Amino acid sequence: MRPRTGPRPNVPVTIDGVEHQAYEGETLLELARRVGVRIPTLCHLEGLSVYGGCRLCVVEVAGDRRLSPACALEVTAELEVTTQSWDLHEHRRRIVELLFAEGDHVCAFCVSSGSCELQDLATEHDVDHIHYDFAHPDQAVDASHPKYSLDRNRCVLCTRCVRVCDEVEGAHVWDMAMRGSQGRIVAGMDQPWGEVADCTWCGKCVLVCPTGALSFKGRATSEMVHDPDVVAFLAAAREDGEWLDRKADA
Amino acid sequence: MHDIHHTIDPVTRIEGHAKITLRLDDAGEVADARFHVTEFRGFEEFCKGRPLAEMPGITARTCGICPVSHLLAASKAGDAILGVTPPPAALRQRRLLNLGQILQSHSLSFFHLSAPDLLLGMDHDPATRNVFGLMQAEPEIAKRGIRMRQFGQEVIRSVSGRRVHGHQIVPGGVTEAFTTEQRDVIAADIDEILSAAEATLELLDSVSGRFDRELASFGAFPSLYLSHVQPDGTWEHVDGRLTMIDHDGSVVLNQFDPADYREHLGEAGKSDSYLKSPYYRARVDGDDPRPGMYRVGPLARINIAERFGTPIADQGLADFRERYGRIASSAFLYHHARVLEVIACAERIAALMDDPVLLDTRVRAQAGINANRGVGASEAPRGLLIHDYEVDDDGLITAMNLIIATGQNDLAMNATILSIAKEFGDGPELTDGMLNRIEAGVRAYAPCLSCSTHAIGQMPMKVQLLAPDGELLQEGRRD
Repeated sequence: MRPRTGPRPNVPVTIDGVEHQAYEGETLLELARRVGVRIPTLCHLEGLSVYGGCRLCVVEVAGDRRLSPACALEVTAELEVTTQSWDLHEHRRRIVELLFAEGDHVCAFCVSSGSCELQDLATEHDVDHIHYDFAHPDQAVDASHPKYSLDRNRCVLCTRCVRVCDEVEGAHVWDMAMRGSQGRIVAGMDQPWGEVADCTWCGKCVLVCPTGALSFKGRATSEMVHDPDVVAFLAAAREDGEWLDRKADA
Repeated sequence: MHDIHHTIDPVTRIEGHAKITLRLDDAGEVADARFHVTEFRGFEEFCKGRPLAEMPGITARTCGICPVSHLLAASKAGDAILGVTPPPAALRQRRLLNLGQILQSHSLSFFHLSAPDLLLGMDHDPATRNVFGLMQAEPEIAKRGIRMRQFGQEVIRSVSGRRVHGHQIVPGGVTEAFTTEQRDVIAADIDEILSAAEATLELLDSVSGRFDRELASFGAFPSLYLSHVQPDGTWEHVDGRLTMIDHDGSVVLNQFDPADYREHLGEAGKSDSYLKSPYYRARVDGDDPRPGMYRVGPLARINIAERFGTPIADQGLADFRERYGRIASSAFLYHHARVLEVIACAERIAALMDDPVLLDTRVRAQAGINANRGVGASEAPRGLLIHDYEVDDDGLITAMNLIIATGQNDLAMNATILSIAKEFGDGPELTDGMLNRIEAGVRAYAPCLSCSTHAIGQMPMKVQLLAPDGELLQEGRRD
């Protein structure tokens, strides 16, 4: 995480019984990561806007019966939260199970097995069975793009691809279509990906995908290695003016 | 007296679920025998719509015994669709992988599944006529079997990334270069394994004399044989072309491209089994595929090949031919063929360890979709395996046909069961002696039903004696 500059943190926040000082405007997730407290996330990605869709980062807030997503919870003075409890573990485990049940996630031959955040979350939350009926979606694989491939059966609708394409690449190829269980990501207002002229082939959507939904075409089982940190790198490099013509300045 | 059926359901110590039905005629003699496969896998259907690159990973899940065979056939079909020839080092790695596979699978088939019959005797108490009984009676032999299989599995792990369901074999080649460290680990053990393989042949020779009746009745009938073989007649297990010979050794089809298999091989479906029965088209005129019966697997390979091309295996082959003839027809001799192949595999692995090309770091040819159909073939331990894929222009599977060794041996297994039932049957009663030998006869082919029908589990055996109207007259069961 990029170190902050400016005023010292001065907002007292208690996480799991330990008091920390937060910056004004910081989210609970940012604070937690800065002070080394692990809160699981899936849709959140540093360098992209906050989506708050997956609900894996929910925490218990003192005085509030509802669970709050840490990624979208801005710190306030005297905030007291619990990030680890049996209830939270169960809650998060069920979310992971529902994601497995909703899609068609077969790690055995998945291109992203070993480089999959959903797989890691399942391990972290002791998912050894799925207690829900599988939906068995039968969505066609979109392999029309010359370089990349989209398997919607493995998509968890985190919208990282939608956000990175819009906010970082500026191409806005991806969108969410439909709602609820019918929801799916679409390229170019629901065209085959390979026919979308706006796609710059940059591959950022593929690098940030947390599962095997987006991958480099032609990769076999376990061959896909995602690199979601690329976004934080790009955001920092952009702020630092890494790509300015320094010779001109000289 | 009515026609009577005996049913053996399920059959044990093979890979998968099956049952056997014996139909008796009015005289109480066995009139017909059928091997039914009662499990269904469905890979040919559910792979449709999936990307080509996933095929090695998915089809390897067909089986836990021979995932390597499917990895190889799938990757080779992928090579054809990409239109590439994998780099020499990748081809060496694939060869090494298949040698490890044949070695481990044959060791499993011989020591774990068949040795209890061969060493303890066909009439030994079924409660201990298994690998545990073998461990008690002959611990050194059982240990040797386990060690040989372990070595083969280690070769597989080294090349493919895992002992079971490796993932490093892909269309275009392999994903990782083979290192000197990996080579040194395998090279350190190969002499021990070769000695163990030779000792296994001596062991088999020492007990063969007890099975003259089995030798004569276990499918000792003329049939066609089909396998890969090198153009000069040397034994082959991964690359090249196919040759079919007749029971007298005459060549029926010489060096044909596996991609042309449809011209020569038909597939008969059956109403009472999930196993398809491939047959040689030119011999079949009508609905009955049996005249086109051919056999694949170790016996077919050593009948077709002139030589192994390695000294110890070739000496073993010469001794074998002196004893059983140039073309061996008894299915009982599949065991001998397996042990000879284990020796050949160990010798070839040793030779590969000295091959510098194996260590080359260029291991994968990259390409897009350059053909809409590709056929990949290899010699699985149980025989010829063909994967035939059709893809759309994006590389998604639109059609798939898998020709599995066990399917190709189906007609011969039926004929073998019939020949054993006739030899060892004794009127309309089920006898243990007959049932044991029928199972052993099926086991000689080492059928793998998980692979061949696209299911799971082990195979206890149930025997039913049925009247023509389906009434259960007698039942015997083995678990």
